[in-house]
Amino acid sequence: MKFSLASLFAGLVFGLGLIVSGMANPEKVLGFLDIAGLWDPSLAFVMGGAIMVGVVAFAVAGKRTLSFLGYHMKMPANTHIDKRLILGGLTFGVGWGIAGFCPGPGLVALGAGEIKAAVFVAAMVAGMGIFEVIERSRAKA
Amino acid sequence: MIEIAWSNFTPWSAMVGGILVGIAAASFLLLNGRIAGISGILGGLLSPAKGDIAWRLAFLVGLIGAPAVWILATELPPIEIKAGYPALIIAGLLVGVGTRYGSGCTSGHGVCGLSRLSLRSLAATLSFMGAGFVTVYVIRHLLGA
Repeated sequence: MKFSLASLFAGLVFGLGLIVSGMANPEKVLGFLDIAGLWDPSLAFVMGGAIMVGVVAFAVAGKRTLSFLGYHMKMPANTHIDKRLILGGLTFGVGWGIAGFCPGPGLVALGAGEIKAAVFVAAMVAGMGIFEVIERSRAKA
Repeated sequence: MIEIAWSNFTPWSAMVGGILVGIAAASFLLLNGRIAGISGILGGLLSPAKGDIAWRLAFLVGLIGAPAVWILATELPPIEIKAGYPALIIAGLLVGVGTRYGSGCTSGHGVCGLSRLSLRSLAATLSFMGAGFVTVYVIRHLLGA
């Protein structure tokens, strides 16, 4: 219960942050990705602001084995830079550049009642489903 | 030469919004001991382990509910979606498949990964940002769409 409440809080603050920052608006994101046009550096400031806070949080977390609510710290153990990581990142980046949506802003825009965002999110979930199907059939083979 | 779009550039709201995103990731990390990676939280629902569903849904309810909470205080800023439906579907599929293969998106690799100084996340972030820059260049400047 505590775990889910903290998750709800984190999701809500994350979403509010995306709205404040302007990143729930795909045109703003595309303005950042369009370096050859008139460039809007705002997204870099969003990342900068988030990472400033994040660096402190991860430094604190690194010294702990349990979270402040008493849960085990689950940190990613994989440090390999492999083909999956890079090809996955490139694939995601192409999709990001086409519509200006990454997963978080897509979900926030869906919550704002944007039909087009709902279509994007439905396709994104379908893409994640395709990944699951391929992974499972691979695991069987 | 890079030309800055001064009329669109919003450094202060971007920074404040970014700090809020950082606070969200920090609270998720320090309270629950987890990385706030949105593609992972959503994608994990498609192959859920026992006891692993409620908190994922709670996070997503918070995220999707943010605009509803926002309008209690003030009007939502504009959301301009210029891509057409076919483009949105292709984009969604690519983002869904790509974030799962690459184990993360802008939140997990970009915000959290860079905050924990992970080289793996840096490589992922450079990959999706690089692909994003190239894609927008091709669409806007080569195809002229």
